Amino acid sequence: MSPTYQRPQALKPVVTHYCGGCGHGVAHKLLAELIDEMGIRERTIALAPVGCAVLLYCYLDVDCSEAAHGRTPAVATGLKRARPDCVVISYQGDGDLAAIGTAEIIHAANRGENFTTIFVNNAVYGMTGGQMAPTTLEGQRTATTPSGRRSATEGPPLRVCELLSNFARVSYLARTTVTSPRAVRATRQAIRRGIEAQMEGRGFSLIEVLAPCPTYWRLSPAESFTFIDETMTKTFPLGVFRDYAGG
Amino acid sequence: MSRKSTEPPPRAEGTVGSAAAKTVTAAGRGVPVAEAEAVPSSDLRPHRIPAGERLLMTGNEAAAEAAIRAGCRFYFGYPITPQNELTSYMAREMPAAGGTFLQAESELAAINMVYGVAAAGRRTMTSSSSPGISLKQEGISYLAGSELPAVIINVQRGGPGLGDIRAAQSDYFQATRGGGHGDYRTIVLAPASVQEMADFVMLAFHLADKYRNPVLVLADAQLGQMMEPMAFADLREEPLPPKDWALTGARGRPSRIVKSFYWLAGDLEAFNQHLAEKYARIQAAEVRYQALSCDDAQWVLVAYGASARVAKQVVVEARRRGERVGLFRPISLWPFPTQALRELAEQVQGFLVVEMSLGQMVEDVRLAVEGRAPVAFFGRTGGGIPTAEEVSRELRELRAAEGQEE
Repeated sequence: MSPTYQRPQALKPVVTHYCGGCGHGVAHKLLAELIDEMGIRERTIALAPVGCAVLLYCYLDVDCSEAAHGRTPAVATGLKRARPDCVVISYQGDGDLAAIGTAEIIHAANRGENFTTIFVNNAVYGMTGGQMAPTTLEGQRTATTPSGRRSATEGPPLRVCELLSNFARVSYLARTTVTSPRAVRATRQAIRRGIEAQMEGRGFSLIEVLAPCPTYWRLSPAESFTFIDETMTKTFPLGVFRDYAGG
Repeated sequence: MSRKSTEPPPRAEGTVGSAAAKTVTAAGRGVPVAEAEAVPSSDLRPHRIPAGERLLMTGNEAAAEAAIRAGCRFYFGYPITPQNELTSYMAREMPAAGGTFLQAESELAAINMVYGVAAAGRRTMTSSSSPGISLKQEGISYLAGSELPAVIINVQRGGPGLGDIRAAQSDYFQATRGGGHGDYRTIVLAPASVQEMADFVMLAFHLADKYRNPVLVLADAQLGQMMEPMAFADLREEPLPPKDWALTGARGRPSRIVKSFYWLAGDLEAFNQHLAEKYARIQAAEVRYQALSCDDAQWVLVAYGASARVAKQVVVEARRRGERVGLFRPISLWPFPTQALRELAEQVQGFLVVEMSLGQMVEDVRLAVEGRAPVAFFGRTGGGIPTAEEVSRELRELRAAEGQEE
């Protein structure tokens, strides 16, 4: 009898360092499952960011590197250009991608660099202790916005998918979440689509995953899911922003 | 083992370049199989300029062509004066060589693209000038921390800040002290002619692969912009270690990680000790310098790069007058030729260090000499270039002062 469910080969058999209820674990597992399913474990190069996901290479059993804070898209550009036959997956958080690395992500997307970015947006800097991220919601309290983020002084939350959807050479762009089995399946499908776009040489793809950070949202995991569904998605609406097949 | 080139070179300039190139060519013919990963055979196709053909080229263009001939097929640049000819040459010639030229959105992006290509096991280079090199320091620190081979050319201009676009040697501290954060070293080669711009770039790629370490070529606006006759050497390299760490997709092998992050207490200290051992090996094997008329010298000028050209003229004129003056020219600024200078200190009356800065290398000379002989300094800064007259006058005054004491 063949097993109906097992640990993906691309996921190392170790316990992660992530907090309880964190969204990174789900994103990692989906990525690993897809790498197995698509038969690309032996040709994938994954890139870890600076931030909570910096230890990505401890969990994914594929060739891995890491980049300086925000520079993942530039390193991915070099990797993919040097190894066009490999599948390059760049993994970034919100501070990494939308604050310190804004220039790198915009220009990689605009050039249509042929790699796939998994963008985990949990609206807060986790690794450094819950500071304001560029995607922190209006009114959201963080270590550096103790009375809540205000547009008047910090600007409104930055919407990455909306921004990148302006670029002609972006092949696939979607915003999903992980708050229900159905949402996880949609995320899985979106990541698959993004990787397929790369494998077909269609250019830059990015999947933004709205993910919970119970630790720095000061909510329980269940409350965090509700927060995403009822509050976060109002600022960051889910959907497919660009699909090379769908126009 | 020091690689020392003594006494007047048969050609006016570039002899040490060929001496250094000798280390590249020493082992003989072709590229061994083990190196296939380092320099793909497709990258070694014949070039449009035959090796050995005498050409008139700018330093910037010679450096660019040398990189292509050394098997570099990925160049990332960003416009900045006075190195723009290098970037333009790459934009034109790299695609013709089957390589990738990419104008990055910033120096930060360029050096990180270099990081990506280096992690993938391919030869890669970026170039810039002083303010841009400052921006690259983050990436250079990460390259050093991940033990990735890469070549970075700094065609120095005046600083601090935006400074000016004229020749300067004021990035010596930055180049030789690491430049970025952390406990690391980069190999630094200082050309003094267009010939050496080419030779040292080729050597830089070899050393980078040999030691899995970033290598800086520290030039300046004068060397980058001027034209001189030169010829490209044949690329013949000693065998290199296989790149059994490069990211190529884990086909039929365990997965690999290229990183500089150490999470657990003690791991980084152990890794940095490993770096220290590597740096000690580099210091033992890769010291390069030129000693010109030093054997009987009472006074020795110490200068590198463009300053050494001025100093050499001073030495030639002094010898013509029968004065026992020599030139000591560090070629590897790190590792610095400390031992050779220390030995020289036992025989001379004094040193005069000449730089296009307010005095940076002079500190390394003093560290080497350790008080065995007086070390004087003459420098021009902010785009000023010392003239032979100025240096001669300085030397004359020093000799007179020293003579009075005796």
